Amino acid sequence: MAGVGVSPGPDRSAPLFWLLFAGGGTASAMLLPVMVFLTGIAVPAGWIGRDDLAGLLANPITRIILVGLVFLFLFHWAHRFRYALVDLGLRGLGSQAWLFYGLALAGTILAGLAALRL
Amino acid sequence: MTRELHRPLPRSWWLRKATYFQFMVRELTSLAVLAYTGLMIWALFASSGDAAGFSGFFDFLGSPLSVWIHMIVLVLALFHTGTWIALTPKVLVLWRDDERVEPDVIAGVNAILFLAITGVVLWLVLG
Amino acid sequence: MPDQVLEVFRYLPDSEDEPRFENYEITYRDNWVVLDALNHIKEEQDPTLSFRWSCRMGVCGSCGMMVNGEPKLTCETFVRDYDTETIKIEPLSHFPVVRDLVINMDDFMEKLPTVSPWLIRDQHDDPDEGEYRQTPAQVAHYKRFSMCINCMLCYSACPVYGLDSTFTGPAVLALAERYNMDSRDQGQADRADVVTAHEGIWECTYVGACTEVCPKDVDPAGAIQMLKLSYALDWAKGVVMPKGAKK
Repeated sequence: MAGVGVSPGPDRSAPLFWLLFAGGGTASAMLLPVMVFLTGIAVPAGWIGRDDLAGLLANPITRIILVGLVFLFLFHWAHRFRYALVDLGLRGLGSQAWLFYGLALAGTILAGLAALRL
Repeated sequence: MTRELHRPLPRSWWLRKATYFQFMVRELTSLAVLAYTGLMIWALFASSGDAAGFSGFFDFLGSPLSVWIHMIVLVLALFHTGTWIALTPKVLVLWRDDERVEPDVIAGVNAILFLAITGVVLWLVLG
Repeated sequence: MPDQVLEVFRYLPDSEDEPRFENYEITYRDNWVVLDALNHIKEEQDPTLSFRWSCRMGVCGSCGMMVNGEPKLTCETFVRDYDTETIKIEPLSHFPVVRDLVINMDDFMEKLPTVSPWLIRDQHDDPDEGEYRQTPAQVAHYKRFSMCINCMLCYSACPVYGLDSTFTGPAVLALAERYNMDSRDQGQADRADVVTAHEGIWECTYVGACTEVCPKDVDPAGAIQMLKLSYALDWAKGVVMPKGAKK
């Protein structure tokens, strides 16, 4: 019933996580298939050689872009997956927003550290 | 007032109808995104200078296991792309005078954008 | 003429603890809707059967029920469209059942006014100055969302509402968008408290079932996604330009 158990007022963090989800969803929708094709088909097929791949990944621009994509992809996953858990009946787990967004942040930091070769 | 009957929704609700099932698959494509992000992080570590580390990564990519996992991820990624493009017109509502821009036009532009981006990346990496 | 069986949900809390199903045989008639069959049953076979209906032409929103598991307006649902010998009739899902096919709709009724579904303006013009005028384009911006007949089929289809009845729900949120998109209205910020609460738009996971079942093509799912983008952009503007933010 309205008013019972309803937390008052706007959810001020929701827009941020929704925008990140939307950004990550768009980025992954546009880029994930081609990236999966490259590492999953092109590399084993020999269309990208070992040195080519090494060179591509060593490029600072590639590394910065990858960190940016890790950030977007992880925050897309975090938001969508925790709501999927709620829809699967696991509201308790899905409500732990800090857990999922925290993992996304941790993954991003990890990627950043790797990109900086630390 | 006599007792009202409550009929709680079972957890299996999404298995009961095709559209509900497709919805849940769509949501779970996020796990494919997570999985590939793991590979991306590995790629960044593997390319951080240690030759042995990079060999391990590169050899894994050549393995049958990697190919199988990539195939599954690719199917899920394409499902995500398809559903995302189809839903964009619902979020992005544009108007020209009296009329709303046809949803199919917005979806179509996004589909073309996807193909263009895919082409550009392929050209940059393989070309 | 082949007979059809209506398997109808019965719940008589005054005399029985548990719900049950009762089978009623009806003679198939090519032009009957499910509501006709129910009225025939009530008049000729079982006067104790309770159900809501009114206009019998799809504009009042009273006769919503589950027909073979799908939320439908029974006045618009033709018996001839069902190949099955048995047609299962149940009360609308996700609402408490008062008796038989009658559900308690208090939750929905209480939620409706919370989105301030009226024109909110900083200043109301003097009526003597004439009506507020709108171009066809301005009407087109919100017209679709104004077609809701409050039948609640969308609530029955929505699994988010089924799992959590504190969710504001499709029809109420679509109504908020109907006013937000109305050029005469200036109340988008005033509706934020309810619309952007956790139980508002953010709880929606865009299943889209609401839009699928809507008999008036309101597209509540679309309305909610538009609200998400609109209020998210309002939030972003507020972060970037706090002085320019609305109240």
